Amino acid sequence: MRKYISRIAVLLVILSMVLAACGPGQPEEVGGFQIPNVEKGKFNVAMVLIGPHDDGGWSQAHYEGLLYVEENVDNVHGAYIENVPEGADSEQVFRALARKGFDLIIGTSFGYMDPMESVAEEYPDLMFIHLTGIKSNTKNFGNLMGAMEDMKYLAGMLAGARAKADGNPKLGYMATFPIPEEIRLGNSIALGMKKTCPECTMDVRWINTWHDPIIEKEAAASLFDAGAQVVFTGADTPAVADVAQEKGKWGVTYDWYGSCKVDACLTAPYWVWGPEYARITKGIIEGTYIPGWDYFDAETGALGLYGFMEGQELTPGVQDLDPAVIAEVEDILAQMLAGDFDRFDVFSGPIYDNQGNLVVPEGEALEQVDLDAFPEYGLDCKYCMKWWADGITAELPE
Amino acid sequence: MDIVVILQAGVATGTVLLFATVGEIFSERAGVLNLGVEGMMLIGAMTGFSVAISTGNPWLGVLAAMLFSGIISQIHAFITITLQADQVVSGLALTFLGAGISLVLGEGLSKAGTVSLLPSMSIPIISQIPIIGSIFFTGQSIMVYIGYLMIPLAWYYINRTRPGLHLRAVGEYPAAADALGINVFQMRYLYVFIGGMLAGLAGATISLAVAPGWFSELTTAGQGWIAVGLVIFAQWDPVRAAVGSYAFGALRRLILDIQGPMLLFGFDNPFYYNPYWGFFLQMLPYAFTIVVLVIGSREAIRKRLGAPAALGNPYIRGERGL
Repeated sequence: MRKYISRIAVLLVILSMVLAACGPGQPEEVGGFQIPNVEKGKFNVAMVLIGPHDDGGWSQAHYEGLLYVEENVDNVHGAYIENVPEGADSEQVFRALARKGFDLIIGTSFGYMDPMESVAEEYPDLMFIHLTGIKSNTKNFGNLMGAMEDMKYLAGMLAGARAKADGNPKLGYMATFPIPEEIRLGNSIALGMKKTCPECTMDVRWINTWHDPIIEKEAAASLFDAGAQVVFTGADTPAVADVAQEKGKWGVTYDWYGSCKVDACLTAPYWVWGPEYARITKGIIEGTYIPGWDYFDAETGALGLYGFMEGQELTPGVQDLDPAVIAEVEDILAQMLAGDFDRFDVFSGPIYDNQGNLVVPEGEALEQVDLDAFPEYGLDCKYCMKWWADGITAELPE
Repeated sequence: MDIVVILQAGVATGTVLLFATVGEIFSERAGVLNLGVEGMMLIGAMTGFSVAISTGNPWLGVLAAMLFSGIISQIHAFITITLQADQVVSGLALTFLGAGISLVLGEGLSKAGTVSLLPSMSIPIISQIPIIGSIFFTGQSIMVYIGYLMIPLAWYYINRTRPGLHLRAVGEYPAAADALGINVFQMRYLYVFIGGMLAGLAGATISLAVAPGWFSELTTAGQGWIAVGLVIFAQWDPVRAAVGSYAFGALRRLILDIQGPMLLFGFDNPFYYNPYWGFFLQMLPYAFTIVVLVIGSREAIRKRLGAPAALGNPYIRGERGL
C-alpha cells in the first residue's frame, strides 16, 4: 500500500512538472529565477538586482531609474529580476536574458562583473552595462559608476560636526567587502569628518554582504555599543538609522532618497539613476554610446544629499548644527552641482593615511585609476585605493 | 569589545534558535524528523509581523504565528505519519512550501510600516547581580524570559512526567507504546504540532522582538537549519539545546565586535588587521550544522548520541518493531 501511494505521488510530481513545462506563455525559469519576456518591436532593457526592488535602498534606486527610462525614452520596455546572488547564479540569469534577446542588460552589483563579461563575449550584438565594477571590453560590456564620494564627503562633514556637537567624537562605518569602492567611500567620509572635527576617529565593521537587514542591524548595534555617535552604512538598507533611533544616536543611510525617514537619520547620500540610464539607453538606441568606464559626478544630477536638495528640508539632526558648517556644506554642494568641485577635489593632497604616511602630497590629486584599483589589479595606479585615511581605526590586509 | 555586551546580544538572538531547537526536540523525541523548521520559522515571522501590523497587538501576532506554523506542520504530520512517506523528503518539501507561502503572503510587507514590538524589560534586583544580571536580566525582550522559563519546563516535562514518558516511548519503541494503549499516531501528530508552534514562535521572535521587520528569506537566513543541527548537538536535551543556542547567538555578535580592538589578549588581532578573517567566523555555524548532520546521519553514531530509536521511521501497526 505504502509503495503504491509513493509511486502515484512520484508520477503526479513528474506529470505536473511536464505540464508546467508545456504550459503556454509561461516565462522561462532558470535556476529558480523567472526570466521575463521581451516585447517585440521595442528596445528591451533588463535589469538584474542583488536585493528586492523595494529594498528601500540601492536596488530600489536602480529600479526607479528603470521606470524613469521607460517613461522618458521612447519605445522602451523594461524588466527586472531581483534577489539574484553574485557569481554562478547570476551568470545563468544573464545568459538567459541574452537568449531572450534583451537589447540592453544592466547588472547592478560588483560581483556580477565576471559573469557579465563572459556572457557579453558570447552575445556581441547585445549591450551589457555593469555597475560598480572595474572592467569593460569597450565594445559591448561597459562599466558605469558615479562619484558617490562627493556626497559621502559632505555627509562626513555633517557627521563630524554632529559628533563634535554631541561631545562624542567617534564615528562608525559599516563596510561591506574590502574592495576599492568601499574603501574609497570610507576614506571620503573620513576626509569630510576631519574637516569639521579634527579630533574625530572612525571605527569600521566588515559585514561581508551587500544586503542583509538583520546583519546590518547587528553591525550597527556593534558600532554604537563600541562608542560611535554617528554610524554610516555602505550596505543597502536603512538599518543604521533604525538602530540609531533605538540607541538615541545618529545614523547616515545610503542609496535612496526615501531611506532617511526616522528622526535619528542625519542625512543620506543617494543616487538618482534615471537621467544617467536614460542618457545611456538613448545613446545605445542611436548607436552613439561607446561603452567603457563611464564615471559621472554630481553635475549630472545623479547624486543627492538628503535634506540639502531642492524641495527638501534639513533633518532634525542637521538643523541645530553650527550654521557655518551647514553653510559650507551648502556651498560645496552648489559647486559640485555646478561642476566646479568633483571627486578629484575631494581626493586632493595633502592626504595622510592612518599610519601617518603622506599618501598624496600637496598640489597633487588622485587619478581615476587610483580611485578604482588595488595595486594587485595590475592597473597602472600611482597611489591606488588601498589605504585608510587619517582617523580611521582599522587596517587592510596586505 | 565587551564580552558582557556580546553575551547579552547572544542571549537575545539565541532565543530564536532556542525555541526552534526545543520545538524540533519535541518532534524528534516522538520519532518524527522535521527538516521543515526553516520554512515554519519563515511562516511564523511573516504571520507574526503581518498580524501585529494589522491588529496593532504583537501578542496576537505571536499567537497567530504559532497557530499558522503549527497548522503547516500538520501537512508534514499527515504525509509522514498517516501516509508513512519518507520524513526527510517531506521535511525538505515543507521548507520550500513554508518559504513559498511566506514570500507570497508577505509580498509588500517589508515596507508596511512600523509595528508595536513585544516589550523589553529588566528584572528588578536580579539585574543588579554583577555580570550575570547584565547578561541575562537587563533590557531583554520578554521572549528571552519566556525562553528561560521554557528550558526547565521542557526538560521536566520530557524526563519527569507521565506524558513525557509516553512521548519518549513513542519515539523509542512505538510498538510497545501502542501495546500499552498509547495512541502513537495521535501523539506524533500532537508533538509535530508543538514543534511547528515553537518554530512559529521562533519566527515571530525575530520579526517582533530581536530584529523587527519582515525581510523575506533573509529574516531567518538559515537559522532553521542550524536548529536542526543543534538538536543532534544537544543530544535531544533542552538544557544542552539552550547552551548551544545562546553560544551561536553570541557568535553572531562576536563576529562583528571582534573587529574592533587592535590587540586581542596582548597579541595583534587578526580580525582587526584582515577583514577576510570574518568570513571564517561567519561560516562556523553552517559548517557546524553540516558536520553534525553528517555525523548524525550514521545510524551507529546516532544511537550512541542517544537519538530516539524510532526517529525517522513511520510506525506501521502490526509490522515488527520500530
